[in-house]
Amino acid sequence: MTKQGTCPLTTGQIIDEYFIENRTRLIELAAFLERIDRSADGGDAHGDFRMTAFHQALHILASNAPDKMDQVQFIFSDLTIEPRETLDTKSASGAWNPASEVA
Amino acid sequence: MYYIEMHGHMVSRTTDDYREMAMAGCVAVSEPAFWAGWDRASADGFEDYFRQLTEFEPKRAAQVSIRHVTWLCLNPKEGEDRRLAAEVLKRIPRYLDRPNVMGIGEIGLNRVTRNEIATFNDHVQLALDFNQLILIHTPHLEDKYKGTRVTIENLQRSKGLKANRVLIDHAEEHTAGMILDAGFYAGFTLYPNTKVSAARAVDMIEKYGSDRVTVSSACDWGPSVPTAVPQLMLEMRQRGHSEAAIRKVVFENPLEFLMQSGKFELPRLGIHAAVPSATTVS
Repeated sequence: MTKQGTCPLTTGQIIDEYFIENRTRLIELAAFLERIDRSADGGDAHGDFRMTAFHQALHILASNAPDKMDQVQFIFSDLTIEPRETLDTKSASGAWNPASEVA
Repeated sequence: MYYIEMHGHMVSRTTDDYREMAMAGCVAVSEPAFWAGWDRASADGFEDYFRQLTEFEPKRAAQVSIRHVTWLCLNPKEGEDRRLAAEVLKRIPRYLDRPNVMGIGEIGLNRVTRNEIATFNDHVQLALDFNQLILIHTPHLEDKYKGTRVTIENLQRSKGLKANRVLIDHAEEHTAGMILDAGFYAGFTLYPNTKVSAARAVDMIEKYGSDRVTVSSACDWGPSVPTAVPQLMLEMRQRGHSEAAIRKVVFENPLEFLMQSGKFELPRLGIHAAVPSATTVS
């Protein structure tokens, strides 16, 4: 949803107010990805369903797509309809794992 | 400015936290029953918890002039155990007429299983049978969208349910619209890591409007900030929102919702219990 004019701040004011904290977040992301590259076992993170979603979300952020917020939320979401037959785990993992639905 | 903390698990917080909240303008705390971080072994364990919520916490809050109200249920994380749920639900009615009980909550879904849905619907029916307000938890992270959809679908199938007597909490960008469009109250919970930041909550208020919107810290035993609501107030103020707009979200909307219980009051502010009219879910 894009509703131009709903935020009372100007573009310049928004950048002034929020640039530094979001610059920090970007650098944290870079550090996180580099940390994975430096892992003890050199494992392939791309095989992890969470990181697959993570990279899809990064792609949305780098695009000119409108509604970035909704798109990113949906990337991490279970969009299926049917309830689970039984409880698999108490806690969510942060991204939907398609393989868990097949099993 | 005064505010109402719509969702705080104060049994997990210290008396110092109550004091900080009072100094920040909090005049009332609404405490839903929730998961202790481990599964309770029996219905007796829930009864002890219900006594803590209805006897001990109101006294602790009153020491700093905060009105404490609460919600009772077996929480979504334990909803899979249908036998335990049935036993707990049988015991809840004896607590419903206590003065600080606002209704049934926080009920809802966790991993969106068939048993969780059945337990959720049993709680909704209990609320309807005893004319109680309902406070609903929506699942975390990847389960939120599906869980919110299923929750709304089940509520809309509940005969006699009035949408404006239900608050669906932990809303985010991809669920707020469906909650508000269906006529329910929507809650934004301000968590430092998961859920919603103050900035994102204000973004949603700007996009969806502030009617039937509440905010809360949802402070509990995990990483959380009991004074998160004043942080949102500051965020709104810094963006140029009026004091009236801020007050609507942090005080008037929760007050409007809680007053439907017929028991909520803030005598110190001249607000006394009353039962306004309600509309039916469309």
